[in-house]
Amino acid sequence: MSLFQLDFAKKKERELERKLKANDREYNLSFKYATNAIKTSKYNVFTFLPLNLFEQFQRIANAYFLILLLLQLIPAISSLSWFTTVVPLVLVLSVTAAKDATDDIVSINIASNKNTCIPSSFCPSLLPVPPLPFPEGEVRCEPPNNRLDRFTGTLNNAGQKYSLDNNRILLRGCTLRNTDWCFGLVLFGETKLMKNCGKTTFKRTSVDRLMNVLVLCIFGFLAVMCTILAIGNRIWEQRWGSDFTAFLPREDGVNASFSAFLTFWSYIIILNTVVPISLYVSMEVIRLGNSFYIDWDRNMYHAHSDTPAEARTTTLNEELGQIKYIFSDKTGTLTQNIMTFNKCSINGKSYGEKHKTVDWSFNPLADQRFSFHDHSLVEAVKLESPEVHTFFRLLSLCHTVMAEEKREGELLYQAQSPDEGALVTAARNFGFVFRSRTPESVTVVEMGKQRCYDLLAILDFNNVRKRMSVIVRSPEGKLCLYCKGADTIIYERLHQSCSKLMDITTEHLNEYAGEGLRTLALACKDLDEKYFKEWQQRHHVASTALEDREQKLDLLYEEIEKDLMLLGATAIEDKLQDGVPQTIEQLSQADIKIWVLTGDKQETAENIGYSCNMLREEMNDIFIVSANNTDDAYALDGSMELLFLRVACLCKTVICCRVTPLQKAQVVELVKKYKQAVTLAIGDGANDVSMIKAAHIGVGISGQEGMQAVLSSDYSFAQFRYLERLLLVHGRWSYLRMCKFLSYFFYKNFTFTFVHLWYAFFCGFSAQTVYDEWFITLYNLVYTALPVLGMSLFDQDVNDMWSFQHPKLYVPGQLNQYFSKTAFFKCALHSVYSSVVLFFIPYAAMYDTVRSDGKDIADYQSFALLTQTCLVFTVCIQLGLDMSYWTAVNQLFVWGSLTMYFAVTFAMYSNGMYLAAPASFPFIGTARNSLNQPNVWLTILLTSILCVLPVVAYRFLLIQLRPTINNKAKAAPLPPKRRAKIRRSSTRRSGYAFSHAQGYGDLVTSTRFLRRPAIVPSSGFTLLGRTTGFSPMGRSAGYSPTGHAQNNRPRDVEATSLQMYSTAQTLGL
Amino acid sequence: MAPTIMGKPEVNPGPLARRPDNSAFKQQRLPAWSPMLTANTVLPFFYGMAVVCILLGVWLLITVNNTHQHKVDYTQGSCDECFEMRKDRTKADQRCNCTVGFRIHDAFKGDVFFYYGLINFHQNLRQYMDSRDDGQMTGRKAHLKNPSPYCKPFVADQNGLPIAPCGAVANSIFNDSFTLFYTGEGSPKVQVPLFRKGIAWYTDKNVKFRNPQVDNKTQTLAQVFEGTTRPLFWQKPVYDLDPRDPNNNGFINEDLIVWMREAAFPNFKKLYGVLDRTRKPFKEGLPSGNYSIQIFYNFPVQYFRGGKEVILSTISWFGGQNRFLPIAYLVTGSLILLLAILLTAVWWKFGKNGQNMEE
Repeated sequence: MSLFQLDFAKKKERELERKLKANDREYNLSFKYATNAIKTSKYNVFTFLPLNLFEQFQRIANAYFLILLLLQLIPAISSLSWFTTVVPLVLVLSVTAAKDATDDIVSINIASNKNTCIPSSFCPSLLPVPPLPFPEGEVRCEPPNNRLDRFTGTLNNAGQKYSLDNNRILLRGCTLRNTDWCFGLVLFGETKLMKNCGKTTFKRTSVDRLMNVLVLCIFGFLAVMCTILAIGNRIWEQRWGSDFTAFLPREDGVNASFSAFLTFWSYIIILNTVVPISLYVSMEVIRLGNSFYIDWDRNMYHAHSDTPAEARTTTLNEELGQIKYIFSDKTGTLTQNIMTFNKCSINGKSYGEKHKTVDWSFNPLADQRFSFHDHSLVEAVKLESPEVHTFFRLLSLCHTVMAEEKREGELLYQAQSPDEGALVTAARNFGFVFRSRTPESVTVVEMGKQRCYDLLAILDFNNVRKRMSVIVRSPEGKLCLYCKGADTIIYERLHQSCSKLMDITTEHLNEYAGEGLRTLALACKDLDEKYFKEWQQRHHVASTALEDREQKLDLLYEEIEKDLMLLGATAIEDKLQDGVPQTIEQLSQADIKIWVLTGDKQETAENIGYSCNMLREEMNDIFIVSANNTDDAYALDGSMELLFLRVACLCKTVICCRVTPLQKAQVVELVKKYKQAVTLAIGDGANDVSMIKAAHIGVGISGQEGMQAVLSSDYSFAQFRYLERLLLVHGRWSYLRMCKFLSYFFYKNFTFTFVHLWYAFFCGFSAQTVYDEWFITLYNLVYTALPVLGMSLFDQDVNDMWSFQHPKLYVPGQLNQYFSKTAFFKCALHSVYSSVVLFFIPYAAMYDTVRSDGKDIADYQSFALLTQTCLVFTVCIQLGLDMSYWTAVNQLFVWGSLTMYFAVTFAMYSNGMYLAAPASFPFIGTARNSLNQPNVWLTILLTSILCVLPVVAYRFLLIQLRPTINNKAKAAPLPPKRRAKIRRSSTRRSGYAFSHAQGYGDLVTSTRFLRRPAIVPSSGFTLLGRTTGFSPMGRSAGYSPTGHAQNNRPRDVEATSLQMYSTAQTLGL
Repeated sequence: MAPTIMGKPEVNPGPLARRPDNSAFKQQRLPAWSPMLTANTVLPFFYGMAVVCILLGVWLLITVNNTHQHKVDYTQGSCDECFEMRKDRTKADQRCNCTVGFRIHDAFKGDVFFYYGLINFHQNLRQYMDSRDDGQMTGRKAHLKNPSPYCKPFVADQNGLPIAPCGAVANSIFNDSFTLFYTGEGSPKVQVPLFRKGIAWYTDKNVKFRNPQVDNKTQTLAQVFEGTTRPLFWQKPVYDLDPRDPNNNGFINEDLIVWMREAAFPNFKKLYGVLDRTRKPFKEGLPSGNYSIQIFYNFPVQYFRGGKEVILSTISWFGGQNRFLPIAYLVTGSLILLLAILLTAVWWKFGKNGQNMEE
């Protein structure tokens, strides 16, 4: 396909028509269409520094600190040395730059990988009659758009004009089937699929949004504080400052008011630590760390596909702990998209109980992957019981599967729905091997003997009929009609003589349905030659009728499909992924609402709903909101959407079927818009991309063929059941950690900052700092950075087992309980209290005292040292109180930081540092002279006690009086291991559940089909099953072998509807 | 040529090649200590803390009560005349003496420290504190003649001569001086001997403050300071602060050093001298009796509506006579005790049987 790979560059003006010539690079280049190369990197070596810096300073926080820095350069204002801002700023900028650089390198690698692996992101056109090669073929077609079901264009080749429609193009991500090569022409660089992927928006977490509000509030608060202090300065300067000018003359032109103005800015500089620059960086580091845990988690690693979980976005972790709604795809997400023939009932006898696995060695054509556990059925086949033979003969004849046999005995079935594939494979293994078909015949190897049946008619499946039949003539010349379909439908058409068998089979069917299996009833009928001849005549007339063709055909089918003889029933398991029902139950216990959005039919979706335990027997009021009028779901239109949402939210379980990818996204947007809840979308295919992008969190199921969902997701893993761990464990922890981090971080910085505020009342509002400048510089970066990081990387309030045992522990996250505006306000109040203690206790203890040798200790430097030491101890102990999981690392960080504080302090206050730079280290000797004083330590002890004990008492009281779910869970004994899931017993009957819209009937009988012998591979394309389901017609829309116009069929049966299920209780009925 | 659409980024060497490591760190299973606030830990801790605080408070209170302190405010009163004189700036150069008398009833046993105190003097204003040059006072020659601009507006005099020591702090040095006299029962008035050295921090005296290097033995301190001028408010130059003792002269004059260690709060006291206990009758400390202080009243306080005082004090192991800490410990201890009782009651009523814990 890379033969005609073309490069396009961007085109500025709106494109109306696209013109291309095959093998004419210059011509094509002249249009400057988008190229195939995927470029995701932002920088190169030279542009990195300026670009990155520019970008970083666009972040409001960084710009704010730059302005602060500029303010500090004004001597009249500068209340702090320049380094107090420069050191943190440089550190923050370089950490962020390093992260950006690595991100960019990673994306360069991914892009180069993609660029080498994908020859093109393409829409090659397929020629109806291949006039190969076409050296000067010219294509005119529509410009790239997002319509997947439509394409118009023309191909001019050698003076001949061919029309190009949707059946002639391949979309990105298709695989070739039934052929090894083909000719094509790349049309678009920006593919239809990419255009359909929805907008990629930058996702932010709700904590982020809350933070933005809080930071704005804090800025406002800062301005208020500074204004108050400036007013204080104004008053002070007027009443006392003017008296003090003898000792401290004012500079020229500075009066009390101007001094107040300068003081305002000076205090802005000093109090800026309420919004510490390290906050954002720390948050990113924490999220990154918690993302790594997801990558590293062995419990989310799928050994079978060798796929570990992957956090593709490192900025959304805490949101995982707040999910309220989950939107799940069905096929490939809840189910494995594997159907297995599990049980059957033949002539009133049920087969398929679990015994030992059947050995297929007697059948050389058997598919070894197929397993069956009941030997008695094999015995029955070998005993040539006629009913059993007819049963399997029906399965091998009545279907629209196509066989591909590349080598003798290596059969490959191309089934439109996996159900059919499973049935045909079952027949194959039991010795009725469907081998090949032509439009007029079906070749079957029956118990080793090849037999060729004449295929006289296919009475195809559709949604209303819920059955399909074939009419064949056996090699012996016997005419027979074989029918399979939904049991209720078949039962209506049975011969009266079957009534006894019906009863027994019904019992079996109920049993199967109770196990969540998809059932089909099988029946056959011998046909009278004369009657059939006549019927065939009428059929021919009807099928060429111009008016009401469908109805006429339906009537004819109805007529012949009656008085059938019941053969038995099959039970197919739509294999759920492991642990899906348990996961769903756990998640719903955690108050998470799960909505299934699927493109499948109602019956299929319902069926899965039951087997996932989402729907249960007691939910007997299933009601359906259908909107069968247009392509777009009626319920999602303006006025209806609120009603839809209200009704849906009353329901315990919501299953939306036959939704298009865009509608999936619409549903997600709807919930996002009106419920203010955090949503998560999980899916595996390209049809889920829009929903994944629309939800707050998108999860992709990885390890399967399609990658689209994973590429646009935020998290990916191999199995649905890992969702439980992602949310209940990782999400919960991440949220908890982030919240603990934020509350503690604000606490420690507010406390730190407010002390300045109290000191202002003693130093004439002159913007004197309480602490040493070095302490201000290093407080956030060195002394308190690691302990809080350690807490937010390691903390666990309860371990993962508890999280699973008590899914309710997840609820506080949904309710935003751990960090909200209230929590923030409380934390600010706590800081005010702490700062009062931290300032006034040292003040009262020191202002009038001296050292034990009579020398000075009430000096500014000693006081600064005392206060900052008290502060460091207090915030350390507070951290210890907040931390509920002390690992060795945490111990190291906490004690290490305390040690670091003293080491750095002694170093900064040493003779050597002072002599090296007297102006920068004026605190020489303070540590040595203060910290050997008992009263200093007694003060530190007292402040620590006063700061911490009330908090302990408060928390203890809360636990006693109003214990949270958390306290309760911890107090409760660990309940017994998770009980084994009891299979529901149900009387519900599954329907004939094919996942496709309409059968291949037309195709199979088409005369243009299969010109070559069966062994030779036929040529044609199929879209890769999993990546094609984005058309409203379901997964079959893209199937277009050899240009048969399949899509022209009217869509009346398949209009979109949204179905919902509810219990009587929730609706109050 | 079956095209692979999505190439896997890496080729896997083994079936479990991408399995994450099973380390305790990566699986978040690091062994850890998880403390919880239970009645068994919290209540004993509270009672323990209450006992500790109360005991500490009692002990400190006893210690503090064993110290003595006497404060004399001399701003006005018998020094009214000087106070009025200092209001007039033109008379700044005139000397003014006054004497304040007081009586000590109980003898001050042990080391006695003589402090001067200032009230409402803001040594902690940012602009004031910044107005100094530590480089200059460390004896850096470059800074001596070329003081840091931070010293503004006390960098140079009208003639452009650099000021040593520069800056507002040094300029406003406290320049009252005191002589303490003792009049015992039936004994004559004797001067109380005070050590005027050893009143500054060791590090300040020996590291932070240094005189500029004397080039050779013959050079005097005055010669070193040539080319600089004394601060505006000073009566004598820095090299003349204590001409008798070269180790207490210039930048290393201890009164200067003590002053340069700026106080944190507007009301403060600074050490002036320590009682010399080598001579009788002061071997045991200050005996009871009448005392008088002769004051050379130079420092003007009326500008800033301040006050001046003299404090005589003995000292305990945890410093001067500040009763805040003992009382604070006693109050804190009592509060904790009350809190502990409250917590116990609450726990007894609600928490003990765990009825609140049921889900």
